[in-house]
Amino acid sequence: MHPVRQYRRAQPGTQPEYLHPAYTSTAKRSPTRPLVRMPQTLSEMTGPIFGHDAVGAGPHDDLTKQHAGEPLGERIVVSGRVLDEDGGPVPHALVEVWQCNAAGRYRHVNDRHDAPIDPNFSGCGRMLTDAEGRYRFVTIKPGAYPWRNHHNAWRPAHIHFSLFGRAFLTRLVTQMYFPGDPLLPADPIFNSTADPRARDRLVSTFDWETTQPEFALGYRFDIVLRGRDATPASA
Amino acid sequence: MHLPATASQTVGPYFAIGLDALLRDDLAPTGVPGHRVTIAGRVLDGDGTPVTDALLELWQANAEGRYAHPDDRQERAADPRFHGFGRVSTDAAGAFRFATIVPGRVPGPDGALQAPHILVGVFMRGLLKQLVTRIYFPDDDATAQDPVLALVPIERRGTLIARPEPVGGFTWNVILQGEGETVFFDC
Repeated sequence: MHPVRQYRRAQPGTQPEYLHPAYTSTAKRSPTRPLVRMPQTLSEMTGPIFGHDAVGAGPHDDLTKQHAGEPLGERIVVSGRVLDEDGGPVPHALVEVWQCNAAGRYRHVNDRHDAPIDPNFSGCGRMLTDAEGRYRFVTIKPGAYPWRNHHNAWRPAHIHFSLFGRAFLTRLVTQMYFPGDPLLPADPIFNSTADPRARDRLVSTFDWETTQPEFALGYRFDIVLRGRDATPASA
Repeated sequence: MHLPATASQTVGPYFAIGLDALLRDDLAPTGVPGHRVTIAGRVLDGDGTPVTDALLELWQANAEGRYAHPDDRQERAADPRFHGFGRVSTDAAGAFRFATIVPGRVPGPDGALQAPHILVGVFMRGLLKQLVTRIYFPDDDATAQDPVLALVPIERRGTLIARPEPVGGFTWNVILQGEGETVFFDC
């Protein structure tokens, strides 16, 4: 076999552990036995590649244009780049996003929060990054909502992101937060990652450059997927 | 330049609104060669309670042992009809099911062939990052020789091997904790 560069393992503190007691759902859903460490093989170093057919027709990158009317709330433009750990772009990568509406309610049968459904907002989108790894979508700013994890628990406003990079190993599901949100210091999910710098990278930045006059505020959120080690290993 | 990878966060309880568009429970459309199998099972938490809001993603080679990916440079036949990706969610009973073909053997870490296997990524509320595991097939000489299974304590290997059902198809469960806890990999 040709020598291949394995994907890097996470630096300590930059990813959450499975068991995070402050997030109560982890108690019965996190493995109790140590993970079995294994070398990466062709199976893990490949992964699904998606094209435009996976995105499909329709305004999937404009969550404000998926119904007859416009959703209520503050319209925003979210954009950024998907990069690898060497800073190189991840081109043509599938990005899936979902979120609650401006009132803090998901359009999901299990969401019983007493806040209104917006008939003009589904809260889901998907797109491919361009050749430079850039993505962009238009949506409305999601609201905060209560979630019963502990007394008076409220999730800070967030947008869920799901990304496929080049390999099964680069798969990432994360959440983007908003700058200055007073709920962040109290949120067990946001705080599940030990390294405060790693947490801060989950917070988008307000961005004048992508803020459009008479239209919407811009927020930037760059995402980094696992990259490859510098030294090749024999596979 | 080194940028650490973005921290993972849970998919939460409402991922269906964002991820259902790409659900794929039949990986092998008509005409794809290979031995067809159905794999079904349940996802159970540490109390043995069915997990009704889990998502499983699947990745596998075609029957020739070739991945639909540019980094697979083996001289084996690709099949444009076979993508190799699946995504299924659990129902109100914590159950899932998908149909596919048994993958061929692919090279392992030292160049020795691996036994046929399907990669599985597990996502759910309460999982802050995905769990990675594998489905192998029984009664396969290759399974006994597999270099990755060899890393797993022998008494736990069974959690990675699908069980044939008398009525056809295979059963394979995801047990998150406790008795029969599924082996998950750090890779």
